[in-house]
Amino acid sequence: MAALGIAMGGGNWFSALALGVTLLKCLLIPTYHSTDFEVHRNWLAITHSLPVSQWYYEATSEWTLDYPPFFAWFEYALSHVAKYFDQEMLNVRNLNYSSSRTLLFQRFSVIFTDALFVYAVHECCKCIDGKKAGKELTEKPKFILSVLLLWNFGLLIVDHIHFQYNGFLFGLMLLSIARLFQKRHMEGAFLFAVLLHFKHIYLYVAPAYGVYLLRSYCFTANKPDGSIRWNSFSFVRVISLGLIVFLVSALSLGPFLALNQLPQVLSRLFPFKRGLCHAYWAPNFWALYNALDKVLSIIGLELKLLDPNKIPKASMTSGLVQQFQHTVLPSVTPLATLICTLIAILPSVFCLWFKPQGPRGFLRCLILCALSSFLFGWHVHEKAILLAVLPMSLLSVGKAGDASIFLILTTTGHYSLFPLLFTAPELPTKILLMLLFTTYSISSLKTLFSVPSFKKIKEKKDGRDLVLLLPVSLPKQGGRARTSRELPGRCTAFPA
Amino acid sequence: MECCFFFSRYFNSSDNNLQYWGLDYPPLTAYHSLLCAYVAKFINPDWIALHTSRGYESQAHKLFMRTTVLIADLLIYIPAVVLYCCCLKEISTKKKVANALCILLYPGLILIDYGHFQYNSVSLGFALWGVLGVSCDWDLLGSLAFCLAINYKQMELYHSLPFFCFLLGKCFKKGLKGKGFVLLIKLACTVVASFILCWLPFCTEREQTLQVLRRLFPVDRGLFEDKVANIWCSFSIFLKIKEILPHHFQIIISFCFTFLSLLPACVKLTLQPSSKGFRFTLVSCALSFFLFSFQVHEKSILLVSLPVCLVLSEIPFMSTWFLLVSTFSMLPLLLKDELLMPLVVTTIAFFIACATSFSIFEKTSEEELQLKSFSLSVRKYLPCFTFLSRIIQYLFLISVITMVLLTLITVTLDPPQKLPDLFSVLVCFVSCLHFLFFLVYFNIIIMWDSKSGRNQKKIN
Repeated sequence: MAALGIAMGGGNWFSALALGVTLLKCLLIPTYHSTDFEVHRNWLAITHSLPVSQWYYEATSEWTLDYPPFFAWFEYALSHVAKYFDQEMLNVRNLNYSSSRTLLFQRFSVIFTDALFVYAVHECCKCIDGKKAGKELTEKPKFILSVLLLWNFGLLIVDHIHFQYNGFLFGLMLLSIARLFQKRHMEGAFLFAVLLHFKHIYLYVAPAYGVYLLRSYCFTANKPDGSIRWNSFSFVRVISLGLIVFLVSALSLGPFLALNQLPQVLSRLFPFKRGLCHAYWAPNFWALYNALDKVLSIIGLELKLLDPNKIPKASMTSGLVQQFQHTVLPSVTPLATLICTLIAILPSVFCLWFKPQGPRGFLRCLILCALSSFLFGWHVHEKAILLAVLPMSLLSVGKAGDASIFLILTTTGHYSLFPLLFTAPELPTKILLMLLFTTYSISSLKTLFSVPSFKKIKEKKDGRDLVLLLPVSLPKQGGRARTSRELPGRCTAFPA
Repeated sequence: MECCFFFSRYFNSSDNNLQYWGLDYPPLTAYHSLLCAYVAKFINPDWIALHTSRGYESQAHKLFMRTTVLIADLLIYIPAVVLYCCCLKEISTKKKVANALCILLYPGLILIDYGHFQYNSVSLGFALWGVLGVSCDWDLLGSLAFCLAINYKQMELYHSLPFFCFLLGKCFKKGLKGKGFVLLIKLACTVVASFILCWLPFCTEREQTLQVLRRLFPVDRGLFEDKVANIWCSFSIFLKIKEILPHHFQIIISFCFTFLSLLPACVKLTLQPSSKGFRFTLVSCALSFFLFSFQVHEKSILLVSLPVCLVLSEIPFMSTWFLLVSTFSMLPLLLKDELLMPLVVTTIAFFIACATSFSIFEKTSEEELQLKSFSLSVRKYLPCFTFLSRIIQYLFLISVITMVLLTLITVTLDPPQKLPDLFSVLVCFVSCLHFLFFLVYFNIIIMWDSKSGRNQKKIN
């Protein structure tokens, strides 16, 4: 009895947090799920019932396989457990099949794979130093970070209500970040390479990884003033990194290369025919661009400057996924978005190269890459904001300025996820959870840094200030997005 | 979801047509439903009109109904719990918060109110306000709140005797010739006035009042209905009392058993009124009523659970154990409503919250269980009686294992053809045994509290 008591009340708060959120996830099992549920059921069916050569060609359902091969193998592994729950879900012809056992299996698979995310958060907590913390457990940075990551509202509603498998993928990313903090660069690189072959959306942050590893790992030493020392270049390290990436890619794409299916796979992974904006606009720059185009076209029609017959019938606000032409402003091509994204990430990448500040600098660059890609990317989902929010949590418990930015980013980012859950029964759940998370994050970070107003950003000694105001998206019935402004980070390497 | 009827009926019937009440709860429930019906009409008149026929349930309407429960909870029950925990003495703020969290996490109330759909939190909240008022010496407000509770659900009468005895005891202590008598008169007036106010619309015709009373106390329905963790139901496994004994005799023996089992605690409370004794007497009284009374429903265990939640900070181990058993006793009902997953999740969450907040497994010594004076008295006759806390720990382990096994069996297996109710009966029987044990335990605490009671600072 006493042993049980020690195990229960022994102060293992991390397990308590992880268990608590797992129980909450179990309660969310019967809630609304989106078409992503059918997507993953379909992929279970495809990978289970068909041979590998058919995986990227199968098109019975509209939800074709558009994730890289590792994810397909993951679904294949899951399907072997699925057959014990309900054999019928593995039939490719059973479109929209969602028996109670299927639902139970799929939900539990998400909850189960979140174990990797929990482990990654545990590792990230080790990278936080809690020296300036108070004595109270709930005021320690490790505790606050664990809550902000494990109980993250966005991740909860996207994974466990809307239904996706982001938990373990973010676990991989956070784990690779943690490994880089712990100076285990090879493992970090390996984990990131694996992650890329699970979900290629993480290409958004690949530049940060590439530049950081090249600059801070392959060049083993710096000159006294911090700039690059060219003769410290280590070929061994470069080659080993290259080898890791090559091996992982070979493992992933090798079978499809052998089957001569690489073009097909790539076309499935990068569906540029899907259009500039997703059905629900992500609150990024192109949403503003579209809105401006619409406004101008309306004005143009009113002032009789435009010919009504020449305007394309399909409009961007109709909620469909198609390619469109803009009416007044020049149309945007994928190449244009790529160029805009590259221009946006250039300052932070330059800073990472010329004035590296260790893992923290890398993390800032990663966040900025994620944000830039979110703002200027092609066919961005609003869920992509999580790519910036979750790593930002790591920075938020470090410095007060980062905490302020994090609060703005996370609150608006989470609010922009609201349209994902549009059903009536989920309304109280999402509002309550959002309120709880926002209240907790504000109060805990405020207590940690004791700033009077979270709008003040303290000047830091290294001089890198980031001021970000993310768009606050209104309900998608109007499809309007408000102002977004991103000022590039100021580095001391550049003249003011 | 059948409660949605009430809205339409109350709304459609005029004040004079009081014969058409489908309800067997007192007037305050009716007024609450009428209020909700007005709000529903404001939002969407279809919900009221269409409910003359059964079964129609749109998602928005369901959301509305569930929200009314939440609002009632937020306005009445939750503030009472928070205020109660704030008023607890001699514990740190952190423990107060943990206490409030554990009380609010009690699975039984959450599952019945939000899963099964009822408004128990209103009547329990009012009763809690009553307990608060009376403990903090705001006797009139406390008794007013309790009258509101009784007029919301007549089952709150289970708690009425302790209130009566405690207040009477207070009056006696103040002296029946002076202040005490004044207090007695004031209390009587408050109670009568609140009852009159609630029942005014029904007092127009004598027949109406009798009809409502007959609905509130359905003595014709027999000793028990369906499966409940009651003495009578468990006894009828061995001997079918319902068929053997005549009807009026059933009422008499039920009354006698109930009365006899709660008499000692109530007499003690009248003679030595204390806040602690009051709360424990609430527990034992409500438990006596639950075990021995007439026409008890499984949900009535919530009336016992509320006082047990109030003593959670004093005897955390036994209270947690009781609250787990009380949730388990409602298993057949919850399974019917397909609430298995919420049941498991909330029970685990509650258990972990209590176990970590109160370190219950370290508090199983005799003194912690408040059995010290009892075991000292027993040791005068039986010197070897030293294993009490060990025994209780083993009993707890056996109990938890039994409950988990029974839950698994009920969920996975099918009952045999000849005994289709086997599992529910087993659940009720096991729960009944637990409740008898707890009845004895709580009575022991009350009766053997005399020595420490004299030394304690008494509430004036």
